[in-house]
Amino acid sequence: MRTALLPGIAMSALASPVAAQDHSMHGSHGEPAQDQTECEKEAARHRAMGHAVPAGECAPPESPEKDRAEMDHAQMDHSEMDHSQMDHGAMNHSEMDHGAMHGSEAEIPILPPPPSAGSGPPTAADAIWGVDAMRDSRGALARDGGGMMTSGLILDRFEYRFRGGEDGFLWDGDAWYGGDLNRVWLESEGEGDFEGGVEDADVALLYGRAISPWFDLQAGVRQDLTGPKRTYLDLGIQGLAPYLFEVEADVYVSNKGDVTATAEVELDQRITQRLVIQPRAEVSLSAQDVPELGIGAGLDTIEAGVRLRYEIAREFAPYIGIEQEWKTGGSADYARDAGEDPSATNYVLGVHFWF
Amino acid sequence: MPSVALSRRKLLGAGALATGALAMPAWARGADLAHGGMIRAGFDEVSGASIDLIVGEGMQVVQGQYGHAVAVNGSVPGPMLRLKEGTTVSLNVHNTLNEDTSVHWHGLLLPFHLDGVPGVSFPGIGPGETFTAEFPVRQSGTYWWHSHSALQEQTGHYGPIVIDPAGPDPVQADRDYVLLLSEFTPMHPHRIMDRLKKGEGYFNYQQTSFTDDYPLDADERRMWGRMRMMATDILDVTGSTYTYLANGHGPEEGLEFAFNPGERVRIRVINGSAMSFFNVRIPGAVMHVVAADGLNVRPVPVEEFQIGTAETYDIVVEPVGEAMTIVAEAMDRSGMALATLASRPGARAAVPPLRDPPLLTMADMGMNHGAHGGGGIDHSSMDHSAMGHAMPAKTTAPEPMDGMDMSGMDMRDTSKLPPTVKVGPGIDMVATNPVDRMGDPGIGLDKVPHRVLTYNDLTALKRNDDPRTPSRKLEIHLTGNMERYMWSFDGQKYSSVTDNPIRFAYNERVRVKLVNNTMMAHPIHLHGHFFELVNGAPEGFQPQKHTAIVQPGGYAEFDVTADEPGDWAFHCHLLYHMHSGMFQVVTVASPEAA
Repeated sequence: MRTALLPGIAMSALASPVAAQDHSMHGSHGEPAQDQTECEKEAARHRAMGHAVPAGECAPPESPEKDRAEMDHAQMDHSEMDHSQMDHGAMNHSEMDHGAMHGSEAEIPILPPPPSAGSGPPTAADAIWGVDAMRDSRGALARDGGGMMTSGLILDRFEYRFRGGEDGFLWDGDAWYGGDLNRVWLESEGEGDFEGGVEDADVALLYGRAISPWFDLQAGVRQDLTGPKRTYLDLGIQGLAPYLFEVEADVYVSNKGDVTATAEVELDQRITQRLVIQPRAEVSLSAQDVPELGIGAGLDTIEAGVRLRYEIAREFAPYIGIEQEWKTGGSADYARDAGEDPSATNYVLGVHFWF
Repeated sequence: MPSVALSRRKLLGAGALATGALAMPAWARGADLAHGGMIRAGFDEVSGASIDLIVGEGMQVVQGQYGHAVAVNGSVPGPMLRLKEGTTVSLNVHNTLNEDTSVHWHGLLLPFHLDGVPGVSFPGIGPGETFTAEFPVRQSGTYWWHSHSALQEQTGHYGPIVIDPAGPDPVQADRDYVLLLSEFTPMHPHRIMDRLKKGEGYFNYQQTSFTDDYPLDADERRMWGRMRMMATDILDVTGSTYTYLANGHGPEEGLEFAFNPGERVRIRVINGSAMSFFNVRIPGAVMHVVAADGLNVRPVPVEEFQIGTAETYDIVVEPVGEAMTIVAEAMDRSGMALATLASRPGARAAVPPLRDPPLLTMADMGMNHGAHGGGGIDHSSMDHSAMGHAMPAKTTAPEPMDGMDMSGMDMRDTSKLPPTVKVGPGIDMVATNPVDRMGDPGIGLDKVPHRVLTYNDLTALKRNDDPRTPSRKLEIHLTGNMERYMWSFDGQKYSSVTDNPIRFAYNERVRVKLVNNTMMAHPIHLHGHFFELVNGAPEGFQPQKHTAIVQPGGYAEFDVTADEPGDWAFHCHLLYHMHSGMFQVVTVASPEAA
């Protein structure tokens, strides 16, 4: 009803120049006063404006509902008001505690829709355009509404390793395809040196499923690409732990029945918006000696390192770092027997890359 | 009443940069789009009983950056539809793309099958097809239109709608402008989606670091780390890739709105962005908010307001001096759109620098303890000395962490969720104690030293026509997982609930409570209806909106009368949230079923 637009008169406040409106009151009420007193003052101001404010308007509220009614400006006769003289600051509705006025929530029951609301899938458009005409767009909308698949590749570490004469290289990367909760992963890690070639490399094909907001359970097969080329069942967990530690842990059972495990943890710490320092640690464990692989029972190897990367783009970040590796226990003995040093320090130069 | 002659028919859409050229652009005449099909910045005005909209594509240049644009009638934004209440209009959408398109008339009341949402209201508009939406115009005010197909909206497929009232306009102004805020990015929107899925904080270059200036102590930083959340996660896509646009113009491109001293200027502010909330202010001026989402409200004088994606606010200002700057700062303060109210061409006022980026607070985590929470009605603490300033929201903890020891807090106590919410990995947070946050001015504006609009300030100008108390309440939980970039209602992405719409009986009046269990603000839009914010406005004068921001960790409530039969989209209007699953269909039964 256009005629009901009478509050449009309120709009006429705008007819007077803004500059003429008195905002000088702002901030002039120095002390926090009793609410009721302030209400009285407010009422007095309204009355001064020719505004009907019933007596008792400022009585203490007895209930939120009552309070609401009392604060109800609709009860006031705005039509009497000469807004041109009005202090808009004083009228500022934001000053009132509307929180108190929010109504009647308790009275409205949470209920399912009544039977007349119908049931089943939404079909209104089918009646207009036809089921067949709607089918494709309904499918597309579902895909666009959370059914999206992504694929990606991340080379977490791809680096040159300086270690006094026997420089080497390392890669550690994953590729995946899938949705938010279920993904297929192809993971590979390997290292070697520039004389002997690839020494140690594997590839794993895993199915991953979200088991919490931050963690995926992964299961699949890992294949060693070097040495005796063992094949393993791989059961792992991967995700983001409290305090933003990125963790990954896997247990492997080889086709020879050997049980081994690895766990790694990384933490990205931002120095600036693009400079990131990343401590990283990894341990390998074995349930038994595996002489063919130079692995001793118990704690096999420990790696601890720190990498400093600069994100030229989020997807492309060159880094430098240092990493220390130790073989321990039986594994150290195997290494010494083979004429190798059970500990090694690598100065690394690499790139962290994904798309 | 003002004696100034009305000139609202001279609604000056694109400001001083408007070319006014309505000639058919080259690309629409069959020119090679891939080579030289340039998209203009700014928009034309189109009106009449039958309006043609030609969806095409081309290259857009903003401040020297090039990007691919899907544009309507060759400009970004597309043309302003100037309609008249009480008339019937035919909107003819011609698709010259090689893919489907659509146009949703945002905020317009019309038959559901013309609402323009592929897969809900119609099949979409195929390549080479024309779709005509013919309907009576039942309302007046400021609205907008945009694509509802894929991610086209990001690339320029949007424009304003201004509907003149059938009778006199209660808002009187000497000049009447549209300010449509949006974003430009050279990135393809699919790439943005992909990066959001893969990299937490990919676009955020204001993260906490060893060298930041954020007022966070070591305990607070550890607490955020423990939660696996970021206190700086204010907007998902930021000024690191976006250039914020005012009517298609970048901040360096100098959009001007002319005025003569003493004139009252109406500005229809439309947030037509894909992913951005803006803090709008005109330093030195009081802005009188006279309409929200197209419908008139009692004037509210403010010095700043936050506008969520897809909302509109009409303001009236009386500029003084030679020029005044209109600042639309992205909520995370990573960039701004700019325009100038200029009393002569080229006049400029100072542009304030970007303010420090805000941080999320306790309240944004849904942590509202007895002392502050539960609506926080402590009258003795009411401070009228704050007169002239927005009342500090009682539901907002004033300090970022308020010195709370969070070590014992379970941030994901799913037992607090009702059985209607499906608990799974898609939910990474449950608001511990969500409170009504409609009195909140928005992230980062709780402590600014001037008056800021809140939803609680809004009161309908006209009495609402349905006085009934809602017969039932419906609680819908906004849920998400920041790390996986999953967004949903009640823990289920749209792809999981396509056969289970939200159902309303015809003419049923329902109170809908939207509880935000995430740390992001979500602008929730219901198609085809206006709903009334339950904001404590006087009986019968709850303000009506089509889009409501639900603040992080809090709730908002609205009353809706389901009197528009059919299937309607209901979704978060952050484009990539919708695209990640924060979407549902609301089915309103036909009158015959009642």
